[in-house]
Amino acid sequence: MIRDRGWFSRLFDSFNYVFLALFALLCLAPMAHIFAVSLSGRAPATAGFVSFWPIDFTLENYQEVMGSRTFLRSFFISVARVLTGTSLNMVLIILTAYPLSKTPRVFKGRTIFIWFFVFAMLFDGGLIPTFLVVRGLGLLNTLGALILPNAVPIFSVILMMNFFRSVPRELEESAVIDGASHWRVLWHIYIPLSLPAIATLTLFAAVNHWNAWFDGLIYMTDAANYPMQTFLRTIVVELDLTNVGIDPRDLQRLSDRAIRGAQIIVATVPILVVYPFLQRYFISGIKLGAVKE
Amino acid sequence: MTFREYLKRAWPLYVMIVPGVIFVLLFRYYPMYGIVIAFQDYSLAKGFLNSPWVGWENFERLFSFAEFGRFLGNTVLIAVAKIVADQIGAVILALLLNEARVILFRRAIQTLVYLPHFLSWIVLGGILLDILAPYGILNQAIVNLGGERQLFLGSNSWFRGTVILSGFWKNVGFSTIVYLAALTAINPTLHEAAAIDGAGRFRRIWHITLPGIRPTIVLLAALSLGDVLQAGFEQILTLYSPAVYRTGDIIDTYVYRHGIVSAQYSLAGAVGLFKSFIGFFLIVSSYYLADRYAGYRIL
Repeated sequence: MIRDRGWFSRLFDSFNYVFLALFALLCLAPMAHIFAVSLSGRAPATAGFVSFWPIDFTLENYQEVMGSRTFLRSFFISVARVLTGTSLNMVLIILTAYPLSKTPRVFKGRTIFIWFFVFAMLFDGGLIPTFLVVRGLGLLNTLGALILPNAVPIFSVILMMNFFRSVPRELEESAVIDGASHWRVLWHIYIPLSLPAIATLTLFAAVNHWNAWFDGLIYMTDAANYPMQTFLRTIVVELDLTNVGIDPRDLQRLSDRAIRGAQIIVATVPILVVYPFLQRYFISGIKLGAVKE
Repeated sequence: MTFREYLKRAWPLYVMIVPGVIFVLLFRYYPMYGIVIAFQDYSLAKGFLNSPWVGWENFERLFSFAEFGRFLGNTVLIAVAKIVADQIGAVILALLLNEARVILFRRAIQTLVYLPHFLSWIVLGGILLDILAPYGILNQAIVNLGGERQLFLGSNSWFRGTVILSGFWKNVGFSTIVYLAALTAINPTLHEAAAIDGAGRFRRIWHITLPGIRPTIVLLAALSLGDVLQAGFEQILTLYSPAVYRTGDIIDTYVYRHGIVSAQYSLAGAVGLFKSFIGFFLIVSSYYLADRYAGYRIL
């Protein structure tokens, strides 16, 4: 270990620590402010007196949010979406990645299939044709519109495929000699050995589903079907009292500044809960992308 | 080995891949076919198959709009500014984090700066709309210091800057990860040898650390070419308003307003096709460059 004892080097260290700490605090400050607002009384919050410490501390805003049937409905739609959407993603990622991880000799036609998926990833049909297809399939206002169009995240399939390829081939060969089918090989060898990769991709899929809002905005013509982030948009971005499917009085009440803050925090909490796991895995997730033959 | 014998063992592979193929056909390839609406006068009742063909008419109309140059220019300008700010910021931040030797401190900073990446633009947008409002905390602070209230989101002089800076806020921390991974891969004996030869700390950063991450910088520069049309749709749709269309309207928001909101499917489809087409060439070139200059392949 090298030690730099020069005065200039030490001065740089001090500046570096101070700078990094300030930068990190600056990243956090906006969220801290909203958190303080959400815990403040409505009058001081609306008047703009709150900075980073709650004034007239109260949990009323959270009670109001949790007592709102409109908000809770959208919350449960999001939960349903995360559970079904993530499961569907993972099943399809694993099932698609396994054959693609084989050599063309073992899986004839692999080259064609791989280009079929890669081209679909690189060339985008675009918003409007995709919208029209989803609409044409009669999926508007159903959960299907939120989970089916992106059921196969192709980039994740490629990451999974690269990970499967790093599994030692000898394990599979000995199982095959004992008469194991591809199903058994996938289930008993590949999946247990790929749990870190599967955990990473699951977390990413879940976070994406929780955070998604634009598909909810275009595919749900009835606001009663909005997932939470889309619902939150009507409150914090585009306060629209004429929105069908939401009781205007409820909307009016939820749009109070302190209550808006409480809703933003509620939408953030699930991410904070999985964040320690995410952080443990996303570095390995990035390395996962670097695993190649 | 006969084909029969091959299938006897390999059939599950085809069963496994079928669901994925069906989903991709239906939701990726069928929309690609749907691009024909750009050359049609599309109506919902007639669908992709029976709407009347109009040739290049939608494109001719589109290219004649003054708005076309505006949203194209905004898209490229915002996207390129974001790429440059994000990459430079990430390299500097990663170097500084690398120089902070107290591991616990470094971890704490990383935890805080990565966080915004995992929040949606609705959550971050909601926060920004609140703090940047005319009577929000930032303007209060400015007024207290004797300045004037600014419309950070509602004025054309501020909007792009706000978008670029808030994009930086969300992504710069996360972008450091790749560089930090590259930094840990630098052989420490290089530093030790240089120190013995009398190289000071900053000489070593310049001659060892920076060259050590140069391949990563080149790689990310090449890959970023694919993002030149990605100005940040969800972010801008959350933050913009008609007052800032002049500086903030981008391709995607234009497509959304004209296609989804006012149902001019063919016109918006033409804009979308224009973007998909150029975007495809950008991504393919970026992968080519990444392979050529950094030896990177996704497959």
